[in-house]
Amino acid sequence: MKIQVQRVSKSFTADGRRTPALVDIDLDVADRELICLLGPSGCGKSTLLNIVAGFLEPTSGTILVDGRPVTGPGADRGVVFQEYVLFPWLTVQGNVEFGLTLKGVPADERRRIARRYLELVGLVQHAQKFPVQLSGGMKQRVAIARALANAPSIILMDEPFGALDAQTREILQEELGRIQRVEHKTILFVTHSIREAVYLADRVVVMTSAPGRIKQIFAIKLPETRDRFAPEFTQYESEITRVVKEEVAKVHE
Amino acid sequence: MARGSVLLSVPEMMEWGLRGPAVPRRRALRLRVLSIVLFLGAWSLAAGIVQAAGLFNPIFLPGPWLVLGKVLAMAVQGELWAHVGATLGRVAIGFSTGAALALLLGLPAGHVRAVRNLVEPVVELLRPIPPLAVLPLFIVWIGIGESAKAGFITYATFFPMFLTTVHAVRQIDPLLIRAAQSLGARPRQLFFRVILPAALPEILTGLRLGVALSFFVIVISEFIAAEQGLGFLINDGRSFFLVPQMLGAAVLLGVLGYAGNALVRLVERRVARWQQAV
Ligand SMILES: Nc1ncnc2c1ncn2[C@@H]1O[C@H](COP(=O)(O)OP(=O)(O)OP(=O)(O)O)[C@@H](O)[C@H]1O
Ligand SMILES: [Mg+2]
Repeated sequence: MKIQVQRVSKSFTADGRRTPALVDIDLDVADRELICLLGPSGCGKSTLLNIVAGFLEPTSGTILVDGRPVTGPGADRGVVFQEYVLFPWLTVQGNVEFGLTLKGVPADERRRIARRYLELVGLVQHAQKFPVQLSGGMKQRVAIARALANAPSIILMDEPFGALDAQTREILQEELGRIQRVEHKTILFVTHSIREAVYLADRVVVMTSAPGRIKQIFAIKLPETRDRFAPEFTQYESEITRVVKEEVAKVHE
Repeated sequence: MARGSVLLSVPEMMEWGLRGPAVPRRRALRLRVLSIVLFLGAWSLAAGIVQAAGLFNPIFLPGPWLVLGKVLAMAVQGELWAHVGATLGRVAIGFSTGAALALLLGLPAGHVRAVRNLVEPVVELLRPIPPLAVLPLFIVWIGIGESAKAGFITYATFFPMFLTTVHAVRQIDPLLIRAAQSLGARPRQLFFRVILPAALPEILTGLRLGVALSFFVIVISEFIAAEQGLGFLINDGRSFFLVPQMLGAAVLLGVLGYAGNALVRLVERRVARWQQAV
């Protein structure tokens, strides 16, 4: 198993009151698997991702990556944030090279690797631009290239396409699917879009409303290249929608 | 309106006021020159009227040409350079010491809560005291020598530069730090490759504040205790009603302050290229 989430619980203390955010999460993620996390807003998806990333410590339970417990953030787990987090003082290329620079990779090799990943996300001709000069979709592609160039075995993505328009979003989903067929990363991907989840995931994990537990896991048995209009696709979509809706309804009770 | 006219329509003028020169470069430059010419014209006119109408003794308001003449005369005779040099030297030493201290304490204080809690209370305690109130103390402690004057600049400029540095570090988006950490940044790398560049634009704004403040306070310490310097020239001129000398020194202070500001701006433009790359 690549990632093992073992009885992880997390409570936050606010105004002197402890509120549970995650309760007894158990999840094994296989190497090269792409898992999508779905669930109502506030159910703890980001919290779980941040714990795996090492930004937060669980209140109880452990996370193992390659059998070793996670103690903090590290280069083996790349992160793509919803907010297009780029280093604004570096060019697109400088951003993609950032992790390699930290490792002391020589400049010409950095440039070669950066070029390869900029090609993969279709941004080679923008390599010398600064982040302020890019659109949201382009920024997120840079962030994905930056994560990949650092060669982590795991990538954690928290609603990476959440703020994009529907067309750009589908294009980036297709790009990610294509990249994944080449790069074979282990990916934990948080989304609110059921279509996105069914399009990308090997397994879809649906969480309960807060405090988050795992409600149900769907294995998506569809071909690697997926057709959003195939009957099997829409079948998964409606099945998962029904389960997610039950939980969303609870939030509004 | 004719192109190239120095007069602007009202909306254009308002936009200029709000956002800086949105007008084409050349027209902006022309306006800036015009502004100075108008000012000198008004000054000359006022001096001329005083002289012609005999309103009061014209030595109290010499025209710009008299002031310029006095400055040129002092420059040719050579005495001016000693004064300019003395003031500049004190500012350079006092300001750079203040800036170094502000960065040395401000960067860690912004980044590490424990350091902040250790340093900030003292700063907050001393900061509301107007620096001028402690100038006599400085003179009592370290005498009227050069170190008192430079030290006073250091003291006065430290507070605003320290506070902007702390703020510059604290306002850094925590996601930038997380992003760097998950790319493998160690604490040292995090500091030099993320915190420093992310805080730099605001730090430089603080330094510009410090430069302006340096010229502000040096004059006062040169009033009180100095045999050289532009502040001395002003005070010396006062005793003998040498108004052109007083105004000349004041204008020179203005020019030096402007140049100092322009220098930091130049650095800003170089290091913060990414901000203007819109
Ligand atoms: N730093 C924090 N301090 C206190 N409470 C927190 C903190 N972070 C998250 N929470 C709480 O934990 C719960 C889960 O938050 P989380 O951000 O993980 O939800 P989410 O599933 O990602 O929601 P969304 O879909 O809206 O992004 C929420 O109730 C939230 O208020
Ligand atoms: Mg979230």
